[in-house]
Amino acid sequence: MKIDRRTVLRGMMGGGVVTVGLPVLDCFLNTNGDAWADNGQALPPVFGTWFQHLGLNPGMWEPKIVGPGFENNIQLRVLDPYRDRMNIFSGMKYFIEGRPLQTHTTTSQIATTGAIPYGTEGGPSVDAKIAEQIGARRRFRSLEVNLSGARKSYSQRSGTSLNPSEPSPTSLYTRIFGPEFKDPNAATFEPDPMAMARKSVLSNVSEHLNETRKELGAADKRRLDEYLTSIRQIEQQLAIELEKPAPLPACRVPDAVKEATPGTVLEDAAQNSKLFGGLLGYAAACGQSQVFNVMVDSMNLRKAGSAYTWHMATHEESVDESLGYQKDVFEFNTWANLVFLDFLKTLDAVKEGPGSLLDRTLILWQTDHSDARVHGLEKVPLITVGSAGKRIKTGIHVLASGDPVTRVSLSVMQAFGVPINSWGERSNGTSRTISEIMV
Amino acid sequence: MTLRRFMFGSIAALTLGLSPAHAAAPDRETPARRLTPEQYTQIIADVFGPAIKIGGRFDPGFRIDGLLEVGASQANISPSGMEQYDVIARSIASQVLDERRRELMVHCKPKSISAPDDSCAGEFLTEVGELLFRRPLNDRELRLHVRSAREAAAGLKDFYAGLGLSLAAMLSEPQFLFRQENFEADPERPGELRLDAYSKASRLSFFLWNAGPDRALLTAARKGELETAQGLVRQVERMIASPRLESGLRAFFADMLHFEDFDTLTKDNAIYPKFSAQVAEDAQEQTLRTIIDVVLNERGDYRDIFTTKKTHLTRALAAIYQVPLAVRAPNGAPEKWLPFEFAANDPRGGVLMQVAFVTLHSHPGRSSPTLRGKALREIFLCQKVPAPPGDVNFTIVQDTSNPVYKTARERLRAHATNPVCTGCHKITDPMGLALENFDGGGSYRTSENGVPLDTTGELDGIKFTNGAELGRAVHDNAAAASCLVDRISAYALGRTPAKSEATDWVAPLKQSFAASHYVVPALMRRIATSPEFYRAAPILEPRKEAALRTSVEGSR
Repeated sequence: MKIDRRTVLRGMMGGGVVTVGLPVLDCFLNTNGDAWADNGQALPPVFGTWFQHLGLNPGMWEPKIVGPGFENNIQLRVLDPYRDRMNIFSGMKYFIEGRPLQTHTTTSQIATTGAIPYGTEGGPSVDAKIAEQIGARRRFRSLEVNLSGARKSYSQRSGTSLNPSEPSPTSLYTRIFGPEFKDPNAATFEPDPMAMARKSVLSNVSEHLNETRKELGAADKRRLDEYLTSIRQIEQQLAIELEKPAPLPACRVPDAVKEATPGTVLEDAAQNSKLFGGLLGYAAACGQSQVFNVMVDSMNLRKAGSAYTWHMATHEESVDESLGYQKDVFEFNTWANLVFLDFLKTLDAVKEGPGSLLDRTLILWQTDHSDARVHGLEKVPLITVGSAGKRIKTGIHVLASGDPVTRVSLSVMQAFGVPINSWGERSNGTSRTISEIMV
Repeated sequence: MTLRRFMFGSIAALTLGLSPAHAAAPDRETPARRLTPEQYTQIIADVFGPAIKIGGRFDPGFRIDGLLEVGASQANISPSGMEQYDVIARSIASQVLDERRRELMVHCKPKSISAPDDSCAGEFLTEVGELLFRRPLNDRELRLHVRSAREAAAGLKDFYAGLGLSLAAMLSEPQFLFRQENFEADPERPGELRLDAYSKASRLSFFLWNAGPDRALLTAARKGELETAQGLVRQVERMIASPRLESGLRAFFADMLHFEDFDTLTKDNAIYPKFSAQVAEDAQEQTLRTIIDVVLNERGDYRDIFTTKKTHLTRALAAIYQVPLAVRAPNGAPEKWLPFEFAANDPRGGVLMQVAFVTLHSHPGRSSPTLRGKALREIFLCQKVPAPPGDVNFTIVQDTSNPVYKTARERLRAHATNPVCTGCHKITDPMGLALENFDGGGSYRTSENGVPLDTTGELDGIKFTNGAELGRAVHDNAAAASCLVDRISAYALGRTPAKSEATDWVAPLKQSFAASHYVVPALMRRIATSPEFYRAAPILEPRKEAALRTSVEGSR
């Protein structure tokens, strides 16, 4: 049987969960290493999320012009260098529908899973759906990081299978680029006999568990399947370790992160964002992962030496009468937008052929409330940056009139080839994509 | 007779022999709990000795219905968590089988150290497998692990390396990582199920000791002794008399008191220079020592934890309490922990005023009567404080640098002029304000911004003037003892009891708890010897309302 990129790709599209243990093979790439050999199509797309609690200052971020050619409003002006590569969505809404609002949490669940779960019955998050589609062949299905030293994350395969964040760039470095990393550009390759032995032991275990699976009831099956998905990542990692990786010219092992201070002070979080950005960027450039999730964990962030956290500022600072907005909160938001800008620049600095990693990346920026001061549910801001290799149109301001935020996530998921035509539940559900940005 | 094995312990309705009309009923779940890091560590120490180091990080737990132990019955393992388990398992296996230890750990000698040996591998895996899986391995499992050891040993030309990989696999399997439970027909209740003997041993052991069953308990299970009332009582008495009961109690109280939140607690160093990571650790230990003294060492009234003047301090804590600590130093080696008793007229005493409670439920740079009042209601009285509503301006604007509002009471009063806010703040703030003598770093104070503090308040109709009287009011509040029984029974089962269990089992437990003068080990004995503790869960109705899942970092 002839194996070419199409065969593998067809397997990917048709199969949902893919167990093909193949890294990007030599024969698939052109000589520059920035595109597939057979038709010059770009390297595989990368998906990222950026979750930042506490919204933006109302009236300060919405562009005046709707459609292409918008100009950034004062709050987002710092992102001007990427204006043509971003989309802004205004007028979106979270629907509570009479359910109790656990402030900051319920809306985050709607943003990431499209629904308000009962207890732990929640479904997968957007990134998990996309990772299922594009991430399963990678060493890491997805990578989660938290800028303020905690393990909070909204990435989940289900309400009981959560993907916690890496709080420290140092440990993320070791995970990705530690001894088990195989440099795709290394001159020699020798499979490790220990990895071979581990692989055989692990496959015995999964075989055994798969046999047991037949005897189980539905709830047990579900739980075992979640467990098996996690085991599969290790099998996948071993398979990749045992194959000679294809060279990826853009891949470079970043400098080791020897020390980082995970903390709740703005300076530390900004520093971590930069370090994480570099690691996630090269993880993608080196073919290790195609999905990442950045949790800013804004609530507890504060200026060094100040008693007031960002969260407290949103609720306790008065609206400055002459300015018409909360001044400190505005500063926090501006800080975060600068950190985001810096993160984008870090990805953009990973050069691949004539372009950069950012060209094949799409980042979904989301938040929990519109005006955090009042736990606002309407006029929620939403941003995308990047087109994932021209999979969506960019440079557009979309003004919705009270539409659920899931319209954006559905559009993004479809752009990544996730085979679904609706997303979310009840009023938070939709089967309508955002036609303005669809290619 | 075991009906069937359950991977995670859920039972399909069909296996209960219900008529086809009921066959479509939803699975009923008897939760298999994911081992907590402490349980994992304890099992490894029990099986291989405390010198084995556990290097790695565990997936954080999440809290359901007030307990991580209930969350553990829903928690699964993420891919990154699995990576970590794999790293930890391989490190344990290589320590257990390294050249210094292998002779102690493996009681047989392989024919050759560079080739497989099924018989010796089988002997070792059978022995440790029973302790790790908390039941004997079945034939299929044993064959699997012997085969894995054989294949790996052949590939690596090293018997012990092969055995190590098979052991590491065992440590990554759901049979080890989850507390699976198997069921059998309950002879006393036709058509119903109860735990089989080994699962019974496991449930008992994790409840009382926060550890897997020891050899004596596994032997009792094998001999069927746990199926007789007398045999069960004998084991329960042995376990309650053991010093290991303290570990069980500590695990329960650390869970109930949300101590895992200390992992992410930060305090502003400029504002609270005395607060450090060491203080945070000592503060938890102080509260646990205080509780253990009352409930275990003195077999006292649980409610006294809210009023006791006795505690233990380190020098770091004494600095925060601003009390002199007489350091006894026999042979020049000062003890870290020293008993301390506040004077009868000192306003301090009880766990509510200890550094752990007042710092954990505060902001990084200031106290919070609201957070403290909410924590008191939710943690110790099992009451739910509603979250603020959405899309409502619930903040009557307050400028924190406003010279008019100098104390938390004044700021909250200004805030509460909005009727939407008053309702909830009324149920949290009066108790929290009584604790205003303690700043966000746990230090005692009598004024804020130069204004003397007013610490009067009210709890369910009982008025008080300071924290000590608040402690007394909580002590005397019927909800405090009732809440303890609710929590410990849910902790024991790994789930919130169903309505029928609440009526038939938990309510009588509450009565007996009161009758026994609120002695916690007596309550644990009663739970451990009651048949309800070992039964399969009744078929649960789907929940109408969310039991909020909060991740460990999610609460603040």
